[in-house]
Order: sequence, then structure tokens, then C-alpha cells
Amino acid sequence: MSVELAALRTVDLADSGVSSLNGELHAAPAGRWEVSNPAGRHAIAVGLTVPHEVVIEGHVGYYCAGMNQEAAVSVRGNCGVGVAENMMSGTVRIEGDASQAAGASAHGGLIAIDGNAAARCGISLKGGDVVVRGSVGHATGFMAQSGRIVVCGDAGEALGDSIYEARIYVRGDIGGLGADCVAKELREEHRIELGELLEQAGLGDADPREFRRYGSARRLYNFDVDDAV
Amino acid sequence: MTAKNGTDRAGWRDGLRESATFDRPTIHEIRRAAREGVYDIRGGGAKRRVPNFDDLLFLGASVSRYPLEGYRERCDTDVVLGTRFAKKPLHIDIPVTIAGMSFGALSAPAKEALGRGATAMGTSTTTGDGGMTEEERSHSNTLVYQLLPSRYGMNPDDLRRADAIEVVVGQGAKPGGGGMLMGQKISERVAAMRDLPVGIDQRSACRHPDWTGPDDLEIKIEELREITDREKPIFVKVGASRPYYDVALAVKSGADVVVLDGMQGGTAASQEVFIEHVGIPTLAAIPPAVQALVELGMHRKVQLIVSGGIRSGADVAKALALGADAVSIGVAALIAIGDNDPTLEAEYEKIGSAAGFYDDWHEGRDPAGIFTQDEELAARLDPELGGRQLANYLRTLVQETQTLARACGKSRVQNLEPEDLVALTVEAAAMARVPLAGTEWIPGQERY
Ligand SMILES: Cc1cc2nc3c(=O)[nH]c(=O)nc-3n(C[C@H](O)[C@H](O)[C@H](O)COP(=O)(O)O)c2cc1C
Repeated sequence: MSVELAALRTVDLADSGVSSLNGELHAAPAGRWEVSNPAGRHAIAVGLTVPHEVVIEGHVGYYCAGMNQEAAVSVRGNCGVGVAENMMSGTVRIEGDASQAAGASAHGGLIAIDGNAAARCGISLKGGDVVVRGSVGHATGFMAQSGRIVVCGDAGEALGDSIYEARIYVRGDIGGLGADCVAKELREEHRIELGELLEQAGLGDADPREFRRYGSARRLYNFDVDDAV
Repeated sequence: MTAKNGTDRAGWRDGLRESATFDRPTIHEIRRAAREGVYDIRGGGAKRRVPNFDDLLFLGASVSRYPLEGYRERCDTDVVLGTRFAKKPLHIDIPVTIAGMSFGALSAPAKEALGRGATAMGTSTTTGDGGMTEEERSHSNTLVYQLLPSRYGMNPDDLRRADAIEVVVGQGAKPGGGGMLMGQKISERVAAMRDLPVGIDQRSACRHPDWTGPDDLEIKIEELREITDREKPIFVKVGASRPYYDVALAVKSGADVVVLDGMQGGTAASQEVFIEHVGIPTLAAIPPAVQALVELGMHRKVQLIVSGGIRSGADVAKALALGADAVSIGVAALIAIGDNDPTLEAEYEKIGSAAGFYDDWHEGRDPAGIFTQDEELAARLDPELGGRQLANYLRTLVQETQTLARACGKSRVQNLEPEDLVALTVEAAAMARVPLAGTEWIPGQERY
């Protein structure tokens, strides 16, 4: 593995299309890749299955690193809608800002966003982790089932609307809580997991004690006359 | 409990007049609502009568057209799905596929039976909300993998081992609605596949988490193609509500195949009010869908699969004649493997229903072992027998379809055309855009 990782492949998207890059990434054994001139193209480095290390030099469009397994993808720029959607494992780092639905339905792995993330960050999360250094937009964690969302800045309206068992940690202010989402006690076990997450995301200097925890009140878990209205 | 037509015969005496407005099911439902204070949930499709394929007739051959010999002459039934962009289109032997039905709503043996029956007849099955099970993958030669709003169990490995991908926008039973799976059916296995706590009442999302609108959908489809190296056909499934626009937008978004599900289409569990009052009949949905394809120069290039209330070869033939490339079946396939079997009458009665009426599929107590996650109940369904019965049923549908096609002189079932049809009612004539029987009149169309 380490021998394979040593060679760096560079791909200039101004010359080759996204399909040929993805095709190469799907066929090659794990390796190091540098991708230049992404120019906001969609679906860059999607469906990876091996521990490639991919660095993308610039801004990307929708669904970058979608359904990632094992690979470490970093974007030296901003990204469009649905970065790392349905990721299964691996890590995705965004050095800039992320648009809507970052990490949507991610089942595993870590998505670290150095800038801000727009609306619906971590929507439908299913076990993945999303750590945002900046702030997030409205409906973050909508219907999130499991996994963790960490926001070092502020969160918009309807935080954690219809949330199931995911845990949300926010350091700043929140614009409002969504249906069935409540503030919960930050216990020692939470401080520990939060500390680990921040560390993994390269934010080890943030103090877990400054965060508040949000999660499901579990009042909508079973149909009830009063929920139906 | 659902108000069931015909099960409540009590109370009638000479001289009593039943109200057409407040009929017995209506009164029953008002009383139930007054007692329980929550809307009724059930499975199946719309029960009300809507204009449907029974309102159409084939003309058959005559002096100006000649027929093909009933049993002997060739009448092809195969269809290729996904010829537009996919590197590996699906080639199925018959124009009837098995619709997406979730593991969770259905038991594992039921999914296996569907796979066995479909495979025996050379056609495809479809996963559903809740992901792909081993049982269905291993018993289905051709398996379509659904990408649903909930993304339960969505896994790129399954995406790659599927034969086609179906992006579900909506279902005919409930266009605009999400799914429901009641706590009784959230067993350990279902909960693990969906990443949810055991025993909760689960609502699946009605909107996709990472795209909104046709421009996003186009990019989403592109992503799915990239992940699967552009091999798999991509289907887009819509509930019939605005079929002209939805089909056009699906084509614009890059779909290889459009699946159009009419309001009679079954569901595992939805609100009764949704099932009966949202969406348009299958019959009414096909002509605008075909019109959109024709106008875009995509008819037969983007294949159209129609579902919602298909029961017989006559229904199949009529859907094809109106311009579909294939049809898909849900409820009929479940009846074929043993749903609502009269031999279980006593057991249906125990749970307050009757054979032929049972629709509380969400409660997970199905004596036939189909709509349940209870291992003992599920074990009652013999997947091999169910598979054989489904294959027999599909074979019959195909024979009937061929019989009608040959009678109209067609050597391929998809060569049936609107020309071969007339309508029995003004409504059906207007919706299907074929003339009222014995006239030249298509309501709403000038023919001069
Ligand atoms: C038990 C059951 C479960 C279903 N689950 C799904 C599903 O998971 N996804 C989906 O797109 N449609 C689902 N449907 C709808 C079918 O795919 C199909 O559109 C419908 O059954 C067709 O109408 P028919 O039942 O009248 O043949 C389900 C239907 C039934 C009866």
C-alpha cells in the first residue's frame, strides 16, 4: 500500500473529462491524486471504493465525493450541493464553504468543512459525522437518524427538525429548533465524543464544554392523535 | 379499522333506505374517526371506481385488417429498457415487470417469491424503500434498485450490483407523500437496514434530501451514472398527477426509462384520504405521457412503464396500445403469491377482516405471511410455491396480451396502437383519447 501511495497522479480536468477521472479512480488501486481545474464541475471523485487520497485544487459543483467509501478527498475551494452525499466511510474535507445538503444521508465517515455550510447540512444523516468550523443554514440535521453534526458557529432555523437518534452539537446561537428537537444535557460522554470529533476534524483547539447538545425528544416516534394535526 | 364495503350487512330491513351520501362505509368511517381521532391508514390502492381499462375495448381485425393465428404465429413480447444512454440496457422477455415493494412492508420470503417468479419468466423485480436484501438479489436475475427520498439502506455496493437504478419521485397511490412503516413491522432486521430504533412508527421522507427540481435531478442522474461507470439504465418513477410535464422533465433530466404510476397503484401503508383523493387514474395518465414523449421525439427511445391497477392481459394490452413499452404490477403479483387467500378466511376474521378485503397491511399481522416481519407468520409463505404461482400468473398475462395483439394483427405486442381501441364511456374516450365505441367522437378533439 505505502508503495502505491507514493506515486502522485495529476489530472487536469481542463484536458480530461470528469468521467475519465472517475473511471480511472474506480479502476486504480489506492493512490495519491491531484486534480486541477475542477471549475465547478459536478460529480467529481464519486463512488470511490479504495483508500485513495484525492486533492482537488479549486471549486467543485454538486455531489463531489458522493457515496465515498474509504477514500480521503479534500477540496481546496468551495463545493456545491450534496458534497459527500450518502458517504459510507473515509473522510472528505472542504477548505471553503459548502452549499446545501452537505453530507446528506451519509452512513459513515467524516465530513469536515472549514468554512460554512448552507441549509440542510447533514439531512437524513445515517451514521456519518459532519463537523463544520463555521455556521450552518436552516433545517440542519433534518430527519437525521444517527451520526453526529458539530457546528462551531451558529445554526439557522428549524435545527434538527424531525430528528431521530442523531446528535447535534452547536457552539453558537441557533435560529430555532425544528419539530421534536430539544436541547439536551451535555454529559461527560458527550464531551469526550465531541472532543474526539473536533480533534479528527483538525479543530482540536475548540473546547467541547462550550457546545450545547440537541437531539430528539422522541415525541413523534409513535403515531399519536396530537401529532396527526 | 377500515370501513369495508359489503362486510357489514347488519341492520337492513324492508322500508329502510340507505343514503347514497352517508352510505355504510361512510358512517362507519365517521364513527371510527370519532372514536380514534386519527386518520385511517391502510394498504392497497384506490377502491373507488375510476375510469379504467375496463372502459376500453379492442376492435379486432376485420375486412380492412387481418389477424394473426391465435397460438401459432409469432407475436414478440420482449422489450429492451434503457436504450437511450446506458451501456448495459435491460433485455426482458415479457412486457410486465414487478414493481418496487419494500422489504419491511413485505417479508423476506415474499420478496424471494417475487424474485423467483419474475426470474422464471425472464423479467425484472424492483427493491423498495428499505434497501436491497440478499433474498431478492440472489433470486432475481434482473433487479432494479430504487433510490428513494428516505435513502434507507442506500448503499453504493448495492447500486453497483443492481441491473438498473430507479429514482423514485413519487407513487401513484400518494403523489406528494412519503412512506410509512408502523412500529409493529420495524423488527431488528428492518431497523438495522434503515438505521432506526426498533419499534418506532417510521415515516419516510417525501422529498429527496439532496436535490430539488428538474435541474438538480439532471445532475443527480449524472452522479449516479458516474458512480456506476455509465452502465446501468436510470429509471425515473413518478406518481400520475401532471404526467405531461413530469414525463417531459424526466426526459430532460436524462432518464432512460420513465415509470408512471396511476392513482389505483398500490401502497404498503398510506392515509386512506391520500389513496382515494390524490393523483389521476392510470388510464388518464398514459396519453399525456406518450404525447410528451412523442413531442420530444423520444417515444420508444425513452421507454415508458405504466403501473397502477394492472390485473389482466387485457389491461396490459390496453396500456401497450396507448403507447407504453411495458407495465409493472404490485398488488396483482402479491395476490398471485397468496395474499388474501380464501383458505385463510378464519384467520382474516380473527383480525377483523375477511379474505378479499384484508388491507391493514401496516399492522404486520398478515396470516398469509406477506405483509409481516413476524418470523412465524413469514415462515408460512413458501417462496418456491409463491414463485411458481407468480410465474403462472405472469405467463397467463402474457398469453392474454398476445391473444389480443394477434387479434389486432400485431406480430409484436408493442405494435398495438390507439387505433385498435374504442371507449365505452365518454369519460374514458376523453381520457384515453380514443373514440367512443360506434362513433368517430373523441371528446375534446377536432377530427376534421
Ligand atoms: C406492499 C407495497 C409496497 C410498495 N412499496 C413501494 C416502494 O417501496 N417504493 C415504490 O416506489 N413503490 C412502492 N409501492 C408501489 C408499487 O411500486 C407500484 O407503484 C404499485 O404497486 C403499482 O400498482 P398496483 O399495485 O396496482 O399494480 C408499493 C406497493 C405495494 C402494494
